[in-house]
Amino acid sequence: MTTPSNLQRVLEQGHFAVTAEIGPPKGASGETVRRHAALLRDCTDAQNVTDNQSAVVHMCSLAAAVHVLQAGGEPVFQLTTRDRNRLALQSDLLGAASLGIRNVLCLTGDHQKFGNHPQARGVFDLDSVQLVGLARRLCEGRFLNGDEVKPPPELFVGAVENPFAGPLPLRVLRLGKKIAAGARFIQTQAVYDIELFARFMAAVREQGWDKEVSILAGVVPPKSAGALRYISKVPGMVVPDKLIRRMKGAADQAREGKRFAVELIRHLRTIKGVRGVHIMAIRWEEAVPEIVTEAGLLPRPHADKY
Amino acid sequence: MIVARRKPAPPLLAAATGRRTVLVAGCKGCVAVCGVGGEREVRLLAAQLELAAKRLGQKRTVLRATVARQCDPGFLSSFDSLMEQAEACFSLGCGVGVQYMAERYPAKPVFPAVDTVFAGGSPAAGLWEERCRMCGECVLGETGGICPVSRCAKGLLNGPCGGSVNELCEIGHNQPCAWNLIYERLAGQGRLEGLTVITPPKDWSRAGAGVRSVVREDLMP
Repeated sequence: MTTPSNLQRVLEQGHFAVTAEIGPPKGASGETVRRHAALLRDCTDAQNVTDNQSAVVHMCSLAAAVHVLQAGGEPVFQLTTRDRNRLALQSDLLGAASLGIRNVLCLTGDHQKFGNHPQARGVFDLDSVQLVGLARRLCEGRFLNGDEVKPPPELFVGAVENPFAGPLPLRVLRLGKKIAAGARFIQTQAVYDIELFARFMAAVREQGWDKEVSILAGVVPPKSAGALRYISKVPGMVVPDKLIRRMKGAADQAREGKRFAVELIRHLRTIKGVRGVHIMAIRWEEAVPEIVTEAGLLPRPHADKY
Repeated sequence: MIVARRKPAPPLLAAATGRRTVLVAGCKGCVAVCGVGGEREVRLLAAQLELAAKRLGQKRTVLRATVARQCDPGFLSSFDSLMEQAEACFSLGCGVGVQYMAERYPAKPVFPAVDTVFAGGSPAAGLWEERCRMCGECVLGETGGICPVSRCAKGLLNGPCGGSVNELCEIGHNQPCAWNLIYERLAGQGRLEGLTVITPPKDWSRAGAGVRSVVREDLMP
């Protein structure tokens, strides 16, 4: 299914895609989102807005996505099942499409225990595989209950996979389920262990799934050795000690973090089946233009802006 | 069985303040098996309630009785004469027992003395683990007998989330990732192909929110 998504066009025309993440604020102003979107729109093909990331309350991703649109960007609307039941998920998807949002990333979401309201009741009415299926079904013109959607939304539907949470065969199997449910692009968890990631991609290629779905490898540039150590403790993340030592030994750690990101992107481009990168510069959006420039990924392919 | 935890004493003692005669009602069912609601625990709570009154220089009579199952109205009549004397009741039954007591004695307050927590079992002495969420739509046949609804922190039906570390659940408590257990069990049975089947959204209407009932006409009089 073709949608008006710039990201889809870039991928389907065979370009190496670049997306970046924008964290919505913990406040009622869209100013920083618009500023970050303006900063990123010319060096990336689409900009993700996270949905209460780490289960911490932020401005809703739907509103943040609209701020991205207003700043001339192309948002990827992240939607988690942690906070919404099937009614809310479907109405948010319709609302997003009505506002001009063309990409959705379907996630389960971090457990509420890790956030700033650990007493919350997690919803998890659906899981992420079921949400992918629901988004596809809506785009095909049917609600989950079978009723007709008039008009259906046009959304480029994506999902995530963590190649590092193990065991590998189970991860590959789950990726296959997301593809079968209707995911057209996949963002991976941040890659630090390139060997492990290459093994994952080999297993994906063995199934032929690299041809069915566009895989964007996750890149999180570390701002400091301390930040990297923190990242290494996040559930499902694998960070080699060697890299932490390298960051620690650097005179300018932020510079070293960007240098690592550039090297990583260059390496990722050589792995067959990797169709792009998703840069998650957590609270460091300013680093992205330089990383993209130095990685030789500019100019971005031309595509009409909405 | 139903697993419960004793409530801490302070709120129970506060609820008893000023009441001269109270009943501590035990249950010989699940709550006795998990060590929070049987005769021994009735004696303990009764002693706490007596002592608390004595400390305040007040007089209090604490009646005590334990029935086979508080969740079965047929057993509750043995509380009748005691409840006539009591101003209030502290039930050590599970949430069902407390409700049946409250229903039978609507004029008197019935306080739960335990928090009812889950349906589970006891794999080792002193340890109880949840095994069933009573969701009304059992998937254990497809998941190798391991319940993802109760044992996965997110209740996922199509495989693990991205947060498991070393095959442990991301939310801690040293719990294994349920989906890793399922994967290993099914792999051992040569049934991994089952994991490629997408499980559709669950019919949560069968999991309650509202009153569920099970009717067996063959067992009715």
